[in-house]
Amino acid sequence: MSELLRLEGVRKSFGDNVVLRDVDLAVEPGQCVVLIGASGSGKSTLLRCVNLLEVVDDGVITFDGRDITDPRVDGDEVRARMGMVFQAYNLFPHLDVIGNVTLALRLVHGVGADEARTRGLAMLDRVGLAEKAAARPDDLSGGQQQRVAIARALVANPRLMLLDEVTSALDPELVGEVLDLLGELKAEGVTMLLNTHEMGFARDVADQVCFLHDGRVHEQGPPGQVIDDPQEARTRAFLSRIRA
Amino acid sequence: MTHQLAPGADWQPSDVQRERDEWRRRRTVRSAVIAAVSTLLLLGTLAGAVVGSPGWERVQETYFDWDKAVSSFPAVLEGLWLNIRVMVVCWVLILVLSLTVAIVRTVRGPVAFPLRMLGTAYVDVFRGLPLLLVIFLLGFGGPALSLQGLPTSPLFWGGAALVLSYSAYVAEVFRAGIESVHPSQRLAGRSLGLSYGQTLRHVVLPQAWRRVIPPLMNDLVSLQKDSGLIAVLGVSDAIRRAQIETALDFNYTPYVVAGVLFCCLTIPMARLTDRYARKKGYHGAGGHL
Repeated sequence: MSELLRLEGVRKSFGDNVVLRDVDLAVEPGQCVVLIGASGSGKSTLLRCVNLLEVVDDGVITFDGRDITDPRVDGDEVRARMGMVFQAYNLFPHLDVIGNVTLALRLVHGVGADEARTRGLAMLDRVGLAEKAAARPDDLSGGQQQRVAIARALVANPRLMLLDEVTSALDPELVGEVLDLLGELKAEGVTMLLNTHEMGFARDVADQVCFLHDGRVHEQGPPGQVIDDPQEARTRAFLSRIRA
Repeated sequence: MTHQLAPGADWQPSDVQRERDEWRRRRTVRSAVIAAVSTLLLLGTLAGAVVGSPGWERVQETYFDWDKAVSSFPAVLEGLWLNIRVMVVCWVLILVLSLTVAIVRTVRGPVAFPLRMLGTAYVDVFRGLPLLLVIFLLGFGGPALSLQGLPTSPLFWGGAALVLSYSAYVAEVFRAGIESVHPSQRLAGRSLGLSYGQTLRHVVLPQAWRRVIPPLMNDLVSLQKDSGLIAVLGVSDAIRRAQIETALDFNYTPYVVAGVLFCCLTIPMARLTDRYARKKGYHGAGGHL
């Protein structure tokens, strides 16, 4: 069992709306797995289920060799070992940048204030925002905010990074700075599961691309196959739509 | 906002702009003159109607007697000091109780259902009861219970009535504030591994708190004057002292004195509230989240 994360038969619905029908997926350590699919195909829901922000209706999610969908599992402890980044950044507006980055270190990981600050500043330096430590999130550009959000998720050395459409809310000229950072993280061996509409990024960085349709993984494989030579008609139709 | 560029050395307003600025200036002056004249006219008419009324001399004697005002002032002021103390102590207790009720009412899940029910029932009942009624019920009924360890003084029970009644309102203010924090903020907190309580304490409440400060200050202004209602229990606050002074010679000037003193308390508070709210308008606490 070499996978860091494995989903088997995962089902999730909201009322009558079945978003995930029967999802099987695996992420190995150091891999970057990219989910693609139309809006409403369940990409974000899948990430939230992995982060235990949603409770699955059925199926098993195994993280680090343990079934985390077991209700007896402490969700806070599981989430502390994952990093999640949201489409709309979701930074805490009442805290400055360094406060955002160090909050979980201090509260969840029991790191002292001084060490948390040192680690937070090092992480901000890593994402190129060391000089913004005292700024308020609202005073930053979208790309800077998203890089702070990545720093916040990454600072506690999570085993797995979950990135939910992290460039969708950004102006086109700011998308690059965030994608470049993700490429660097991948090169450093950070394990990532993310969804995106940036096919160029998926082609360059992903180890595996999964096309989600109708609540299932419809097609899966290396980007050269799924994006450039899709086998399924649905995948072809989707790719031609977003390229149009 | 008119000029995007700072008026640097390389920029002189054009003739068109100069003409616009001149027109705006003239219009501002004209508007100010019209507003001032019409306000004076209205106030003058009202004052004339009151002063010119047939009973004015009698009213002036009874309500606006300078000597009576001066003689009753120390007693009323002493009473007001009690109002201030009641207000401060009650306000602290109100904040604690109402925040507790608000948090209880926002906790989700079936386990918290009895607590939520209790919180909702409390808020419904005490928002429905007139404050004066609560003061009467607790002020006379509370001491009659002769509970061990609780004082029987009307001051204590009157204060308790204020706390219970106001906390129901203030709890709703807090609840609105808590629910105004976008759910994505909770998600972000939880995704970092923070527990429900840590997310509430470090993510939700600090943002909610900033947003509800203006309405909270409004309730504080209201409490300042409503603290005078416990006078009906015989507590010697400003209103009660004014009543005693009035009873000496049936001159009602002490009531006016009390009224002026209450305004001296509440008006600065109201201005402060306005200023704070306006500041918040420019620098929103939450942005678009």
